Amino acid sequence: MPAVGASAGGPLLAVRSLTKLFGSFAACNGIDLEIQPGEIHALLGENGAGKSTLVKMLFGVLAPTSGEIVWKGEAVRIPSPGAARRLGIGMVFQHFSLFEALTVAENIALSLSPGISLSKVADEASRLSHLYGLPLDPKAHVADLSVGERQRIEIVRALLQNPELIILDEPTSVLTPQEADRLFETLDKLKTEGRSVLYISHRLEEVQRICDRATVLRHGKVTGACDPRKETPASLARMMVGSDVASVSTAGTNTKGDVLLEARHLSVPARTPFAVALKNVCLKVRGGEVLAIAGVAGNGQGELFDALSGEYPAADASAVFIRNKPAGNLGITARRLMGAGFVPEERHGHAAVPSLPLSDNLVLARNQSDRRTFLGGGVLGIIKHAVVRLASRRISETMDVRKSGDDPAAGSLSGGNLQKYIVGRELDRQPSVLIVNQPTWGVDAGAASRIRQALVDLAKSGSAVLVISQDLDEIFEVATEIAVISEGRLSDAYPAHALTREKIGLLMGGMYGKTEGEEVAHAH
Amino acid sequence: MRIELERRANPSLLFSVLSPFLALTLTVFAGGIMFALLGKDPVSALYSFFIEPLLDIWSLHEIAIKAAPLILIGAGLSVCYRSNNWNIGAEGQFIAGAIAGAIVPVVFHDWHSSLVLPLMLIFGMIGGALYAAIPAFLKAQMNTNEILTSLMLVYIAQLFLDWLVRGPWRSPDAYNFPVTRDFAPEAILPELISSGRANLGFVFAIVAAVGLWIMMRYTLKGFEITVLGQSERAGRFAGFSSKRMIWFSMLLSGAFAGLAGISEVSGVIGKLQPIISPGYGFTAIIVAFLGRLNPLGIIAAGLFLALTYVGGEAVQLTLGVSDKVTRVFQGLLLFFVLSCDTLIQYRIRLVFSRFGQTSEGGAH
Repeated sequence: MPAVGASAGGPLLAVRSLTKLFGSFAACNGIDLEIQPGEIHALLGENGAGKSTLVKMLFGVLAPTSGEIVWKGEAVRIPSPGAARRLGIGMVFQHFSLFEALTVAENIALSLSPGISLSKVADEASRLSHLYGLPLDPKAHVADLSVGERQRIEIVRALLQNPELIILDEPTSVLTPQEADRLFETLDKLKTEGRSVLYISHRLEEVQRICDRATVLRHGKVTGACDPRKETPASLARMMVGSDVASVSTAGTNTKGDVLLEARHLSVPARTPFAVALKNVCLKVRGGEVLAIAGVAGNGQGELFDALSGEYPAADASAVFIRNKPAGNLGITARRLMGAGFVPEERHGHAAVPSLPLSDNLVLARNQSDRRTFLGGGVLGIIKHAVVRLASRRISETMDVRKSGDDPAAGSLSGGNLQKYIVGRELDRQPSVLIVNQPTWGVDAGAASRIRQALVDLAKSGSAVLVISQDLDEIFEVATEIAVISEGRLSDAYPAHALTREKIGLLMGGMYGKTEGEEVAHAH
Repeated sequence: MRIELERRANPSLLFSVLSPFLALTLTVFAGGIMFALLGKDPVSALYSFFIEPLLDIWSLHEIAIKAAPLILIGAGLSVCYRSNNWNIGAEGQFIAGAIAGAIVPVVFHDWHSSLVLPLMLIFGMIGGALYAAIPAFLKAQMNTNEILTSLMLVYIAQLFLDWLVRGPWRSPDAYNFPVTRDFAPEAILPELISSGRANLGFVFAIVAAVGLWIMMRYTLKGFEITVLGQSERAGRFAGFSSKRMIWFSMLLSGAFAGLAGISEVSGVIGKLQPIISPGYGFTAIIVAFLGRLNPLGIIAAGLFLALTYVGGEAVQLTLGVSDKVTRVFQGLLLFFVLSCDTLIQYRIRLVFSRFGQTSEGGAH
């Protein structure tokens, strides 16, 4: 490979007060960042902290609203990924863009300028892949390769452009520990050649192991720039999740009842290459409790919800118990009839059908649990639209759902109002078990507090509530118990008042058991 | 300059009403151009294609005869398409129904009873449903694409029918012509009124379409179909099974196509022969979409498409143009219906700027 010419002394890339607005929402708010030649620079932050937005601006996928990007001392505008590549910026995305039916060499050739012969691409790719310790067979079909091997294709594809800065977006989230070790060796090699790496991650251990410097983002702002090796995991976690927000007192007055929801050694294999397998998840929620499950997105929250709701039942009946009856292999309808209610993360196309009116979306979730009220005509199953509309109106009033017209299409409501309706739809049944995934994701503050209050109130009335959330503020507001999910494993549940943000941050990074000493020190 | 399609924030109500009519207008216009290119006077050709058949009792009966299978199949297909199952093989299910129904009058031709006709109709529905069960099984269990399997099964059904009427089922008194024996009178679908040939099949079609309309609008089953078609994930959340919906919609549309098949053979042809359908199963796809996948709209669309068959025959007689004109009209219509439907979700925008010149992948 030709030597990499860095600018004399100065940083390779500097970002000055870079801002990206989506409407009035600042995904990135005045970000400053410097990457030196030959360093591995970590970009740390929770989901929604603005990491991806920042990186997309650097790679020309998004245009910044304001601020400047300085490349080797010169202010540049990066209008497209092609322009980014010409500057010398390569990127490996978290989700790969490969054609499964084509071979490795064909996939690589697709990203190069036309006219280069396939055999030349194959030779160059196999030379590079051996040079960097990323063995690849150029003739293999992508469909036959493991996720780790697919990532190597993406890396080799980026290396073929001879970049000076390589951006890796959560590269180890899909790798086995052995594959990750191999990747780290490759990164070290790139570094010794004088190339720079921008390494996006939320895993503290990795960042401490391989990165020279780190920039930490939170809510679109830089909350810290440091040498991760000089920090403790606790101090990094504090920067990542923030401790500036005052902890909210938990609803500790609840009297605890019987165990109403339980998972016993729940294991579910990954359904797709990008899914997370659940490994031996155990949890118990008593009546009157709100168990909150914290974790960075993509660590198995969706899969846990699917298994608990019965949308994708487990093979083993005794993996899930609802009100002390085995339900692991039952579908969602049977679990609803046992007294459980569910609120999935995605509003459009999962919790609700956007093109259908609200009243139809009420039938969606309660067509069997309220069969006697909503349906007539025996086996014909005639929907009593008037009755359903009345119930729908009642829910809208109780939850203060603002909408245009009496029964508008679900898709016409704002996110917060639709979420209030979806949560209200379940609360209206007074379920004895409620499982909610990301209850206030993308919801305005007013609606969020209303929803949280409703969840706490339901628990106080004696129901068991399970909340899966990425929002620590929310978790501390509603939870009586907190557990953390990381890579499909669930930590033990701790009483909410005995946990700190640092401890949760460490658990999110998958560092179980390594911090027992600190845990005691920080507990209050 | 280039033309861009820009997604609308909300589907346009205006265009969802206007689209079928716009498509009809464009079809007639394009048809006029076609007649002009063939050297015929477009106005009089279009007149004898679209207007003349409506002025004659005999041809109104013919329209009813041809509309019956189109409506029956189209209504069944609308359930499939609404639930996101793409059964393209109604033509094959039509033939399978005709063959299964014909077992009674052909194999048991000595049995005379008033049960013959009801049995034929039931067999026809079962035959069509069983034939549709093949792509349903392949999709539900093997995850194959039902568009391909159902389409390919059409050709198998056609060739099987051809073999039957040339081989084992060939009539002993037909001088080696490839036909079965004529159905006995009790195996013939009765005519509706004495003024023409229109038969009970038209009543089946209307009853079926209205029944499906009620199902789609008022029942939980109809709701399930709509939800699963819009979002499988939401359907799963509601406790509906998309696998069971594959079976339900395919068997239903297969049964309707089979009923159309046996009604056609019993009411119009009176025996089996190598060709029993001028492509009803395929034309019904156009009917389903022209009727906006609404069973009542499908009745209107079926009548209109039947008019293109009768009108095609008329211009063949009066102007001496090929009967392929009918196919061209139907093709144009489907093309325009689908393109005009784009306007419901998108608006057309002309862009005059030089923006977007940077090319991808040129870096090295």
